[in-house]
Amino acid sequence: MSAPATDRGLLPVTLRVERRLGTPRWLPLAATLAAIGAALVLSGLLLALIGADPFAVFAHILGASFGDLYVLSDTLVKATPLILTGLACSLAFRMRLWNIGAEGQLLMGAWGASAVVLLGIFPAGTPGIILIPAMVVGGMVAGALWGGIAGVLRARLNVNEIITTLMLNYVALSFLRFWVFGPWSEGGFQQTVQFPRDAWLGRLTELSWLIPDVAGMTVHGGFLLALVAAGIVWWVLSRTRTGYEIRLAGDNPQAARYAGIDLKRKIVLVFLASGALAGLAGASEVSGTVHRLQDSLALGYGFTGIVIAYLAKFHPLGVIVAAIGFGALILAGREIQPAGIPAMIQGIVLVCVIVADALTRYTLRVVRR
Amino acid sequence: MMEPMTETATPLAVEMRGIVKRFPGLVANDRVDLDVRRGEVHALLGENGAGKSTLMNILAGLYSADEGTVAVDGRPVRFRSPREAIAAGIGMVHQHFTLVPSLTVTENVLLGLAEPRIRLGLGARHAAVAAFAEERGLRVPADAPVWQLSVGEQQRVEILKMLWRGARILIMDEPTAVLGPAETEELFRSLRAMTAAGGSVVLISHKLGEVLSVADRITVLRRGAVTAAGIDAAGRTPAELARLMVGREVLERIEKAPATPGPVVLAVRGLAAQNDRGLPALRGIDLEVRAGEIVGIAGVAGNGQSELAEAITGLRAATGSITLDGREIANRPVLEIIEAGVAHIPEDRTGTGSAPGLSLADNLVMKRYRSAPVGGRIRFRRRAARGIAEALKADYAVSAPSIDTPARLLSGGNLQRLILARELTSGPRLIVAVQPTRGLDVGAIETVHRLLLDQRRAGAAIILISEELDELTGLADRILVMYEGRIAGDIEPELFGEIEEIGLLMTGSRGAAEGAA
Repeated sequence: MSAPATDRGLLPVTLRVERRLGTPRWLPLAATLAAIGAALVLSGLLLALIGADPFAVFAHILGASFGDLYVLSDTLVKATPLILTGLACSLAFRMRLWNIGAEGQLLMGAWGASAVVLLGIFPAGTPGIILIPAMVVGGMVAGALWGGIAGVLRARLNVNEIITTLMLNYVALSFLRFWVFGPWSEGGFQQTVQFPRDAWLGRLTELSWLIPDVAGMTVHGGFLLALVAAGIVWWVLSRTRTGYEIRLAGDNPQAARYAGIDLKRKIVLVFLASGALAGLAGASEVSGTVHRLQDSLALGYGFTGIVIAYLAKFHPLGVIVAAIGFGALILAGREIQPAGIPAMIQGIVLVCVIVADALTRYTLRVVRR
Repeated sequence: MMEPMTETATPLAVEMRGIVKRFPGLVANDRVDLDVRRGEVHALLGENGAGKSTLMNILAGLYSADEGTVAVDGRPVRFRSPREAIAAGIGMVHQHFTLVPSLTVTENVLLGLAEPRIRLGLGARHAAVAAFAEERGLRVPADAPVWQLSVGEQQRVEILKMLWRGARILIMDEPTAVLGPAETEELFRSLRAMTAAGGSVVLISHKLGEVLSVADRITVLRRGAVTAAGIDAAGRTPAELARLMVGREVLERIEKAPATPGPVVLAVRGLAAQNDRGLPALRGIDLEVRAGEIVGIAGVAGNGQSELAEAITGLRAATGSITLDGREIANRPVLEIIEAGVAHIPEDRTGTGSAPGLSLADNLVMKRYRSAPVGGRIRFRRRAARGIAEALKADYAVSAPSIDTPARLLSGGNLQRLILARELTSGPRLIVAVQPTRGLDVGAIETVHRLLLDQRRAGAAIILISEELDELTGLADRILVMYEGRIAGDIEPELFGEIEEIGLLMTGSRGAAEGAA
């Protein structure tokens, strides 16, 4: 019941960690905000250590990601796949299924959406109104099947999903490389041909004939899809029988079984849905951002989705906020340094959030000798 | 309230004065005094949540008191860890054992000690531990791995661990909750042997009978405060203690109308099943339960009772036949069995019977969210769920701030009320109740008994699995004794007085009923 005390003989008081009996309603949000604050301070210290001015860096990050409507649009472009992978992870994590394969499911989704275009299923000149929904469905199905493999293995044979989803990421990447280096290679480059215009998700800039100010803004329909997906996931989790079953099974699988829920079916279902969300991220990336399938597609979106899911406490609407924050960080990161510092800040945020989460369940007490 | 100073010349083994311990939202101990003399069994009696365990956790160095002083053998102490408490001679045996199942008894006893340092030299150690145990009347196979031991033996290992570390004051937290009558007797003999040798025992309990039978003196706590300080046990009556504990008169006898059994609801034929380790747990069970009848299942824990309940409720695969109102339900999906009208009050309230992180409302609709008004084809109607939850919370007097409170914050009694509310409100055909009053206080036990009798009157068939013989003889219309996966005896009400006989059947010492099974 009680955690070990820190027995230091130096001070006239000792600190004790004790379990909280109840968690006030405001505490989780406050803890998350405090964690982000602490992460900024720690990152600032590290920045100062390497000789940079932390305030200038943070100001630069803010300016580079939210400074004007154009960079905001770019931030949202970055946030789009993150929202979807964040949702994929949140949904699975709610049932305590540790799907860390959103990366691979995203790649398979990208492949599935590309296959709709590149395998010539539809004749050339098929309008976007048919082609794009077909790509979205193709991406979601491919992602779902990829997630479903881990789901079936877990449900039928009780194979640890952390291992399978992690390993399937590498398989997915190799599969994708096979296609972009081989059958779909554009003249030997590691990418496919650019998709026809009809296969592009609509971008805001295309409305510039109506609103001249949006010219050049690249935020695309995928962002809307992501928002809708977040709404649907929220609705399913909180307002449907299936959502109730997922919450119940996540909190206590044995109680779920006792309540008559078929856990095996639910596990497969959640993996399919989680994979479909990540697959949608892939479809949205190829159709909305890069307009072709290429090797360097995922950029760790699937893994960042894990961080986002934790930051949002697995809440679908929280995922949107967290994903935009991380989108900003990624975008600004390009301006600070290609790699390193932004990834470090991400890592610090994750560690702080996990610590804060533990502290919402425990309380520190000062005990006088 | 304070005891007059001790009449013996030797210092008290333990002297706690004015102990205050606050948790967020409640005062667990409110200026509590406790004296424990050398050579006595001192019972600490009180309902659940009265603050008994908190007080003893302070004495054992797990918690620190907010106010108050503690003296051991006349010297003031302030423990900051269990290690310091044990160094001062205080050892606590918790309700949940802290043994490593795959290690032997000897290894468990030596675990974490400075000696032996590197080389275990187990052969000699086994002999030393076995001799040490023998001396203190604790029968344990020193070289057997702990997982092979019965619950009673595991408890003896826990005691042995404490004595090996030099405990002279042993705190036992509800030690008999997991024991059968014979094992309880054996435990009490060991405790007596320890006090005869000058040690002291603090026995945390809420069972009046055992307190009166083993304790020298009694301290009663109610809502964190002392209501009787170190009174002599001799000459007290259970009713008197119950009043001190609960603060009002408690019905001692269970008022029960004569049974009016109807047609057979549940019929079990040749049921066999394995336990979680893949060993046979049920070896051919036959039984029948009629409408409006309570059939009690007696037995020491681990003789197949849990597996029987799980097989009937569909949670465990089994061979043989189980029919409900003539319909075969063996190995059917849990959902089908629930819908056939089987209610299940599980043994493990937090592990099976509830989802600790979900709200009261979510927990209360766990078995009815599929149909109207809560469930649509797809929808989960929160408003309807909340309405049902509010009504059930009021009807069954589940005490909690609101229906949004997570279930894990409920006390044992309130959690059981929640489970009963959920299971009984649907008017079940069959109720499988497993240890429904384990760990509950007098008031909550009364509620559980009343609710089960209400269901019996309403014509439900009830299987009551319990280790409390008083509960079984008070409630059941017939008692079946289980031993090693078989029905060892079928006892009619006129023989309920023969506790000895039932005890012998439970421990397999009486095999006469073998043929009757």
